[in-house]
Amino acid sequence: NNLMAAQMTNAHRRFLQVLMSNGITERSEARKLHQHCCETDKVYYAHDKLDDFISIINSHLQPLFMQIRKGISEDDGRAHYAVVNLAETEVTKMASDYTEIELELFRKTMDLIILSENGFASSTDILNLADQLKTKKMKKKEAEQVLKVFVEDKWLSEKNGEYTLHTRCIIEMEQYILSNYQDVARKCNICHSLAIQSQVCESCGIGMHLRCVRKYFRGQAEPRCPKCNEFWSYDTP
Amino acid sequence: QVSELVQFLLVKDQKKIPIKRADMLKNVIREYRNAYAEIVRRADRILQEVFGLQLVEIDTKRHIYILINNLPHAEGQHLCRGKEKEVMGLLLVILSFIFMKGNSVKDSEFSPKPPSLYPHFSFSLTPHFPGALWEFLHLLRVYPGKQHSVFGDVRKLVTEEFVRQKYLETTPIPLTDPPEFKFQWGPRAEKETSKKDVL
Repeated sequence: NNLMAAQMTNAHRRFLQVLMSNGITERSEARKLHQHCCETDKVYYAHDKLDDFISIINSHLQPLFMQIRKGISEDDGRAHYAVVNLAETEVTKMASDYTEIELELFRKTMDLIILSENGFASSTDILNLADQLKTKKMKKKEAEQVLKVFVEDKWLSEKNGEYTLHTRCIIEMEQYILSNYQDVARKCNICHSLAIQSQVCESCGIGMHLRCVRKYFRGQAEPRCPKCNEFWSYDTP
Repeated sequence: QVSELVQFLLVKDQKKIPIKRADMLKNVIREYRNAYAEIVRRADRILQEVFGLQLVEIDTKRHIYILINNLPHAEGQHLCRGKEKEVMGLLLVILSFIFMKGNSVKDSEFSPKPPSLYPHFSFSLTPHFPGALWEFLHLLRVYPGKQHSVFGDVRKLVTEEFVRQKYLETTPIPLTDPPEFKFQWGPRAEKETSKKDVL
């Protein structure tokens, strides 16, 4: 395969550097960045070849157990890119940025979110957790601050006082979540990737992303579960 | 081991923390100490080839390293997000000022007046004496005592952050009492920025 032997150019390196410093990059931004890098480093630019461009980088990242990975935002359905560490056995990327106690709060928050019906944890529930941390108790004020930082750093996103996992977190930690929450974490019945915010069938328990539900039930007068055929009782998003 | 070291260095570099050899040995290389030099060499090669970064020793006595960016400087908003662009802009301005004042400026708000050879003339003729950094930054409405809308605590940014990241170096001026300090380019600035970029 030609692509695998392709050399990295400065354009590829520059693209990778920016992706890493951004944390998460939305697809249209990534397209612009692709163009900018090729122009800056005078490399041949084909506007529809972003995926090939990324594949070349990925072939060089593979021996390092890293990858540029694409994920779909559960909020707006847009594609985003992030640089992921595949060898992670725990939340190692965050480990260097936060203290022990902050990491514990994050892990417990993630528990709440993944175990929840709708993929959200209320700020009240999270703040109650702060009291029960093993490492050291955290005051509510402090926990509020830490949550704010998690949102700024794009590990969590907040809506109406409720918190869910940011797209960045989902892309970067999908493997970790699927292996550590094996019995609880849901995979969408339609697209088979991790679903945090989902609608769940009341009869057979399968889950689907909100965007996948919308697509699947489009135009159907009577929405029915794709697996067990029971009437789908939720409102189509 | 090599890929672990690469990860380790990338993480430290994200925060621009200089890396001590002792940390590399303890956290990553561990029992493979004999192969240290080889592992580091290979990690450096991968950093250059894949990421366009280079491992550089900035303190040969205490064995401290930083990762510098090998890629040629580019214009454009893509490289810095949000505040970073302005912070880098401020840094560049400070670096140019230091360069043009003969590579060293005083950490103070007032330029010393050169002893007047011609006491009849009251204006000072530059650039004999190092100018004062904060006097210059006043022209840009950046004040060490005041919280800046973009940079926040500017004094902290310049004297602590920029120094910690090795962009600036601060040394005491000999024979001053109380001790006064001067700013010069730090090793990261030396390696990453050409004097040409700055003009």
